[in-house]
Amino acid sequence: MNNASNGKYAAEAHDLNIYYGSFQAARDINLLIERQKITALIGPSGCGKSTVLRAFNRMNDLIPSARTTGDVHFHGKNIYDRDVDAVEVRRRVGMVFQKPNPFPKSIYENIAWGARVNGFKGNVDDLVEESLRGAALWDEVKDKLRQSGYSLSGGQQQRLCIARAIAIKPDIILMDEPCSALDPIATLRIEELMKALTRQYTIIIVTHNMQQAARVSDYTAFFTVKDDRTGYLEEFGATKEMFTSPQSQVTEDYITGRFG
Amino acid sequence: MAGDMRSNDGFPQGESYAGFVRKRRRVGTFFRTLFLLATVLGVVILAVLVLDVANDAFGYVAIQNQVAPESLAEDLEELPQEELLAILTANISAGRLRALNAQALVAERSQEEVLALVVSEVVRPKIVESWSLAESIFERARIEAELATIPNAVLEFKAWLNWDFITAPQSSDPTSAGIRTAILGSIWVTLIAFLVATPLGVGAATYLEEYSKGGKLDGLIETNINNLAGVPSIIYGMLGLAVFVRFFGQITSGVVFGAADPSTANGRTILAAGMTLGLLILPLVIINAREAIRATPRAFREASYGLGATKWQTTWHHVLPNALPGILTGVILSVSRAFGETAPLIVVGVSTFIVVDPAGPFSKFTTLPVQIFQWTARPQEEFQRLAAAAILALLFLLLTLNATAIYLRNRFARRY
Repeated sequence: MNNASNGKYAAEAHDLNIYYGSFQAARDINLLIERQKITALIGPSGCGKSTVLRAFNRMNDLIPSARTTGDVHFHGKNIYDRDVDAVEVRRRVGMVFQKPNPFPKSIYENIAWGARVNGFKGNVDDLVEESLRGAALWDEVKDKLRQSGYSLSGGQQQRLCIARAIAIKPDIILMDEPCSALDPIATLRIEELMKALTRQYTIIIVTHNMQQAARVSDYTAFFTVKDDRTGYLEEFGATKEMFTSPQSQVTEDYITGRFG
Repeated sequence: MAGDMRSNDGFPQGESYAGFVRKRRRVGTFFRTLFLLATVLGVVILAVLVLDVANDAFGYVAIQNQVAPESLAEDLEELPQEELLAILTANISAGRLRALNAQALVAERSQEEVLALVVSEVVRPKIVESWSLAESIFERARIEAELATIPNAVLEFKAWLNWDFITAPQSSDPTSAGIRTAILGSIWVTLIAFLVATPLGVGAATYLEEYSKGGKLDGLIETNINNLAGVPSIIYGMLGLAVFVRFFGQITSGVVFGAADPSTANGRTILAAGMTLGLLILPLVIINAREAIRATPRAFREASYGLGATKWQTTWHHVLPNALPGILTGVILSVSRAFGETAPLIVVGVSTFIVVDPAGPFSKFTTLPVQIFQWTARPQEEFQRLAAAAILALLFLLLTLNATAIYLRNRFARRY
């Protein structure tokens, strides 16, 4: 990957079309992801927002039938170019999943492993502490780093997954409904954490919760489907504007709870 | 429950609903009883099998001494070493004495050793009749009547399965025959089968699950593996005979390694048999390992890939450790199968009678199931008793093998 360009956008999707076999999941997506901001992808079930999210770190490659056309520009290069290795992309674009999925290892190992496989040569103890502090988890786990990641509560596990993601120093963190399995208090903590993370990272989050999108995000992309069940981007803009004066009637219906 | 009633909404109401619940419960009870009966039946069949074998492995024997011990001394066991020595030298030929002295000077042996020699060389007990455990317990009177017809016979309760039986080598004399050779042969062959099948099987399973693209060729391979698991074991014996014994005979006999004499060596060795059994259990290992690998949660893979791990790192650090307990279960089952196989070994060319312990992979050998098979084919009753004792030993060994493997697996699974 080239050196970081200091443009306004951390990543740009141009004319993205994603297919699962013969089914088209997303059509002609154009998205500009601004650096150190939170971009929320919202929309009804099956609108392709998770698929689009996973296009940013080539996670769709893991599905044998998936096919992507169009570009995702990242550091001035299309990550779907032939000479780009998906492993390199994922090292730079971290991901947090819907269900907390720590490895069946100790808290310490959960964080150290990702760094180690990516060839980290520095002080692992320091990296673990720094990452756990970054994920606002350090004070809760500093005395039990050798315990299993599963000994933590759901919210703590999700913050452990965030710590694991930031340990490899990505540029962008993708979050796929990170709070959907958590209670409101744990959700609030993750949201606060996300705001704090924007000091260093660019975040793209998929959420079903419109209040969450309104609370945390700077930009919102609203996806929806028509009768052909193919997702497309209906409206994209600053969150404040979209939630106060949406351009499109469909968006307004959705965010006011009239459908979806 | 039955009391609160709305208008008829299509669901049964009141007493008819209570009856409906009772009927559903009766169906549940019926199936529970059926399954309980199936379990009980299984346990009973197993118990009958073990009891039947034990029935033959213990019981009274009539021992006829060539020389009555009373004619030698009042109580042989109490005699000091010198007097026993005198009895021994007086009753055996000079040539036999020289042969014994050649092993170790008889005069310098301990009292117990000389006593054992007096018994085996002079008294020479011989089992002339044997009875089963059930007969020994319930038909004592008949046994005593039969005993009275045999001259010079003493009645003795004998456990055919005893420590001497386990540790003695094979012999054509049922009183001194043992299964040490067979046990060692079984352990060697099973070990080699394990060493062949585990890496090959886990490797193939990993490839098929993680790397194969699911094309036509992969489908063909998969169908073949599933079919191979159902091929009769004797076919594997013929394969082993053709490939390992005949074609690779120079290797399996150890000639190319200088471990055997080329003029007498043939491929009928532990190595050839172990590799044959390894191939036999390979499909089982592959199928079980694939199941275990497939059961790895997608979340682990995604988490790993999401951190920029390569496919190999994901497979090695997450998929395989997660699948390990399942893989080991398959390996344990397969190895038990190899331990109990008889037919392919007979085709490969197991030794029918061998008294020398196997020394390594290039040795001739026999195994416990083959030994049992040969003993049951003998007409003499004593060999049937030996076979029964060997079956008990085999069952015990299998149980120990499995218990150890399962213990290790569980310990490993917990630590992970």
